[in-house]
Amino acid sequence: MPDLGLDVLFKGKNMLRLLGGLWVAVRISLISVALSIPLGILLGIVMTWKNPITKTVTRIYLEFIRIMPQLVLLFIVFFSSTRTFGWDISGELASVIVFTAWGTAEMGDLVRGALISIPKHQYESGAALALSPFQTYFYIIIPQTVRRLIPLSINLVTRMIKTTSLILMIGVVEVLKVAQQIIEANRMSSPNAAFGIYLVVLIMYFMICWPISMLARYLEKKWR
Amino acid sequence: MRNLRRIAAVILAIAMVFALAACGSSGGSGNTASTDTAADKADTSAKYRTLDEIKEDGEINIGVFSDKNPFGYVDENGEYQGYDVYFANRIGEDLGVKVNFVSTEAANRIEYLQTGKVDVILANFTVTPERAEEVDFALPYMNVALGVVSPDSRIITSLDDLTADDEVIVISGTTAETYLTENNPEIKLQKYDTYANAKNALENGNAAAWANDNTEVIAYALQNPGYTVGIPTLGSNDTIAPAVTKGNDTLLKWLNDEIIALGEENFFHADYEETLVDTYGTEYEESLVVESGNAAK
Repeated sequence: MPDLGLDVLFKGKNMLRLLGGLWVAVRISLISVALSIPLGILLGIVMTWKNPITKTVTRIYLEFIRIMPQLVLLFIVFFSSTRTFGWDISGELASVIVFTAWGTAEMGDLVRGALISIPKHQYESGAALALSPFQTYFYIIIPQTVRRLIPLSINLVTRMIKTTSLILMIGVVEVLKVAQQIIEANRMSSPNAAFGIYLVVLIMYFMICWPISMLARYLEKKWR
Repeated sequence: MRNLRRIAAVILAIAMVFALAACGSSGGSGNTASTDTAADKADTSAKYRTLDEIKEDGEINIGVFSDKNPFGYVDENGEYQGYDVYFANRIGEDLGVKVNFVSTEAANRIEYLQTGKVDVILANFTVTPERAEEVDFALPYMNVALGVVSPDSRIITSLDDLTADDEVIVISGTTAETYLTENNPEIKLQKYDTYANAKNALENGNAAAWANDNTEVIAYALQNPGYTVGIPTLGSNDTIAPAVTKGNDTLLKWLNDEIIALGEENFFHADYEETLVDTYGTEYEESLVVESGNAAK
């Protein structure tokens, strides 16, 4: 077996530090996911309204967030907010804000897509049964939408976890940054460590994302 | 298999519920903390902390590299180490405050100072006229020039050796990037955000050479057989100095006095012998170290 420099992981607290970094990444993405799902559902509902003002505003928000690279958004929230408003927000909070804004936009579009994919006769049948618009939504439309949404939104979650690798640029030391620190600190004694450590990081991301995609597959099978 | 998946799904669902519960509390405290500081900032409307404010707070925020061995890196116990860190610890000691290290990248050092998110940058920061317009540099504590390292299979000894197809690796926000963009715009650059990524790119053969501070490429070639510094000095001789937010005169003056005073005890030679000698050997000591801010021009 080639020397992957894995012994570096067992020096001092390196393994614990790497796991700590992973927890930072996972914590930030889970908080963001927890916030973006309800906000995204609301946004998605607003996006289906026929009102031209809400339509334009939500459209601009969605396109702005989708077109901007996440790195630019992170810099805007972390540095520009201090420059412009004097808010001193921590790197972690800035990450949560950006990921929530991004997740809300993406989730909103998924919800909008799921809502308009429900055939019109479902609404009409609800009305024919003398259900109020709220009841139609609550008992007929939302249950069907959620089924279509779950697999899609879970994929969004895994994308968010992987994108946390960008937050090292605003000083948040997450798993990838810890990996780079470990590799650099040992670049003389274990020059091969880069390969081994990145492999371990890959396995860590996989261990987090794989059960989530399995859950998506399971739900897809169960509800379709 | 079906059962296994079902169990995995249930475990995950439980884990998520716990995570959400945990998030609720930590998210809340984060919010209140940020509004508090926002109110404080609005009162003073200052983007930096003066010397007295730092002393009063009892903690100084110093931006250092966390992945640039031997200048600023984190050892296996999670402690910051290196030439810059050794100096940073001395600053904390002489100011009588605790040092809070902030991990910075080459590309965001100026932003960190301008927004007051750190008080001092000690991240191998080369003094340039462009940067001096954005931040205030204290007296230098090290010499540096640019260097170019390339694989032994094809050593680049002059920038003229590069053909039109060759690309050169640089790290975004470093002097090497600025120098090559200004003086050799015909050279195609491959830009990376972090030191580790640039190093990986060279080792994977993505480009013909890597241009960076000469200290970096000398150290790199000494430790990695198969690579040679074909161009040891490129461009003008520059210096490395601590930087503070533009206008933070009290802290700047204190740092300058500190650097002059440390020269009396040959502090930076001691720093070199403690942190850099393993990497560069003793032959580079006199050419690299600057005492009391007296850089050889």
